[in-house]
Amino acid sequence: MQLTGAQALIKSLEAQGVEVMFGLPGGAILPVYDPIIDSSIRHILVRHEQGAGHAAEGYAQVTGRPGVAMVTSGPGATNIVTALCNAYMDSTPLVVITGQVATKAIGTDAFQECDTTGITMSTTKHNWLVSKAEDIPRVISEAFYVATTGRPGPVLVDLPKDVSSSMMEWYWPEKVDLPGYRPATEGDPALIREAARLVSEASRPVIYAGGGVLKARATAELAELVEMTGIPVTTTLMARGCFPDDHPRCLGMPGMHGTYAAVTAIQRSDLLIAIGSRFDDRVTGKVSAFAPNAKVIHIDIDPAELGKVRRAEAPIAGDCKVVLSQLISALGEILPRASEPREPEAPSSRLGPWHSEIDEWRARYPLTYDREPPDGALKPQYVVECIRSTVPDDTILVAGVGQHQMWASQYWRFNKPYTWVNSGGLGTMGFAVPAAIGAKVAKPEAMVWAIDGDGCFQMTAQELITAASEGIPVKIAILNNAYLGMVRQWQEMFYAERYSEVYLSPDLPDYVLWAEAMGCTGFRVETSEEVPSVIEKANQIDDRPVVIDFRTDVFEKVYPMVPAGASNDDIIVDPAHGEGGA
Amino acid sequence: MMTTNAHTAARHHLLSVLVENKAGVLSRVTNLFSRRGFNIFSLAVAPTNDERFSRITICVDVESAPLEQVIKQLDKLVNIVEIDELDPADAIEAELMLVTLMADPESRSQVIQLVDVFDGRIVDVSPTSLTVMLAGMPPDLDHFEELVAPYGIAGLQRTGREALRKLGRSQDRLQVITGTTATS
Repeated sequence: MQLTGAQALIKSLEAQGVEVMFGLPGGAILPVYDPIIDSSIRHILVRHEQGAGHAAEGYAQVTGRPGVAMVTSGPGATNIVTALCNAYMDSTPLVVITGQVATKAIGTDAFQECDTTGITMSTTKHNWLVSKAEDIPRVISEAFYVATTGRPGPVLVDLPKDVSSSMMEWYWPEKVDLPGYRPATEGDPALIREAARLVSEASRPVIYAGGGVLKARATAELAELVEMTGIPVTTTLMARGCFPDDHPRCLGMPGMHGTYAAVTAIQRSDLLIAIGSRFDDRVTGKVSAFAPNAKVIHIDIDPAELGKVRRAEAPIAGDCKVVLSQLISALGEILPRASEPREPEAPSSRLGPWHSEIDEWRARYPLTYDREPPDGALKPQYVVECIRSTVPDDTILVAGVGQHQMWASQYWRFNKPYTWVNSGGLGTMGFAVPAAIGAKVAKPEAMVWAIDGDGCFQMTAQELITAASEGIPVKIAILNNAYLGMVRQWQEMFYAERYSEVYLSPDLPDYVLWAEAMGCTGFRVETSEEVPSVIEKANQIDDRPVVIDFRTDVFEKVYPMVPAGASNDDIIVDPAHGEGGA
Repeated sequence: MMTTNAHTAARHHLLSVLVENKAGVLSRVTNLFSRRGFNIFSLAVAPTNDERFSRITICVDVESAPLEQVIKQLDKLVNIVEIDELDPADAIEAELMLVTLMADPESRSQVIQLVDVFDGRIVDVSPTSLTVMLAGMPPDLDHFEELVAPYGIAGLQRTGREALRKLGRSQDRLQVITGTTATS
């Protein structure tokens, strides 16, 4: 069967099971947009290529399947670089197709030419410049394989216009032949035994679960390990929901804005079990002072993460799901054979003093804010709690980046995996609106709320036009404090309240009018009393996107906080708790 | 100018890296070093006898980053097939130098004597200078360079180190590296 390169590309995407892609056409990708008309794949036309990338990320984060985006050459490609970099940092599988000028024009500074594979070399797991139409099925099958196996990540396929226009004989490759690509799966049995021994001997162990638990779909294994051992769990920003917040062993988020109990339990631990987490600086603070007395078991599918920041006593390269199963088996063998006979719940009771200590921290320093402020200001945390109280556990929450993201992570009770979508490693403002669209497209049956900041919303709000025109009813709660709030917080705390270029204005733009101009329903909420009823109204609207402009307290800050570069022992709790931390 | 002494030798490790012979591979390697803040001391690259693969010999400055981290990050590049860390004791090393030396009629015979001592070849001559090709162990090239420098060096190009594992030496360290990543 003779096909054009463009037809072969679409047929290859169909062969990979792609149902949806996000994109925006242009000159160099024009040939590929023609066969889309005849394809079963739903194409969602975004208003800016960055939106296509983030929407594909939202899709991938809630499904685990690769998100697909397609854009043209030059500015189309450069506009999606932010999303590629974001996906690379957060290990999100993406397949991005970019048009490129014709092969003979490459290197001549042709119209809308840029060195896409060069630019994206360090923001993708791998990329390909296709030089012949007959390579297309092979490259697409390799691209999906690389994006989804091992440590997942974004890949890019650059397709010159003459290649997509020329003819090829259709085939589909039986297997992928990449001699240099060998993802790890099983953990080294000797190291697993060593890890089990460390677990059986620890008296102050903590699990430091990262996004890799979700990527490996290992939440059931994590739950089993906790049931078996009683070890408390912290879930990083990328791992929120991988273990239920309502579980008594869940301590919440560690790190710069983590809970006091999570941060302190890690600091005082004698064994840190890092699973699919990477000792990010926002978690560790000052590395030399991080969990100073802990031995470390580090499980990660990427061998380069082992020892990158913190040396581990048991560094285990492998898929978290497989390695956790191995560890559970190994523990099953040694726990009953330990010196004193124990009941099944015995490991938990052995950790009794540790649990009591943690419970004291939890009771003394819970997450808190002023629920009845004297000035009657609308507290952003209250908005998050109020939305959460009205929606089911499978509601997907999306956030941008900044204070609102931290409040969303802290105050939303995550009880199901894959219900939290955010930009972790790169910290990309403007992520929320397009990512929410991608999440809703992936899970139309679930309610999708985004908590966004006013600064973030202004970066990518135009994608609500996409949502309105495509019938994607996402709900956006803007925590509008009229500032680039996180920067304002740092200027208040670390720059002597010298506020430089952070004021935005509460009513320029008018978010309600803007929402309605984009085909959404807009609400404004200025007092705490109005919050529940407006959220209820928003929950009832299912035929268009909703935007709520919550006028929140300008002065509210995110606590607890470990200042950048400080030791986690120097955690600052909410002033309502009194002076300093412990 | 490159000089090798005990200090720099300890800082430098050799990686013999087999890569797929595809467009952009060298760029991926150098991009990775730049992106991660690793330093390259020298780099030699050419196709192997199997046209599907090229071999890159990288002399890494291990003061810029732990060698293990350099190797693990390199191993993540999809086009890199195999990485062999060569301990100098287990490696055959060689390097080629082309150097143009100032050599007027008065100094020429002394320069030619030095070239002979080092088994070099004179490949080009002018009334005031000559160009020498010299192959050998990198420290020998360093030594030659020091000895001829007083005569005046008009131009110099070295290939960077090339290396292969000595016959009969095991690949212990390589197995440690791939053992963490390979699946059967």
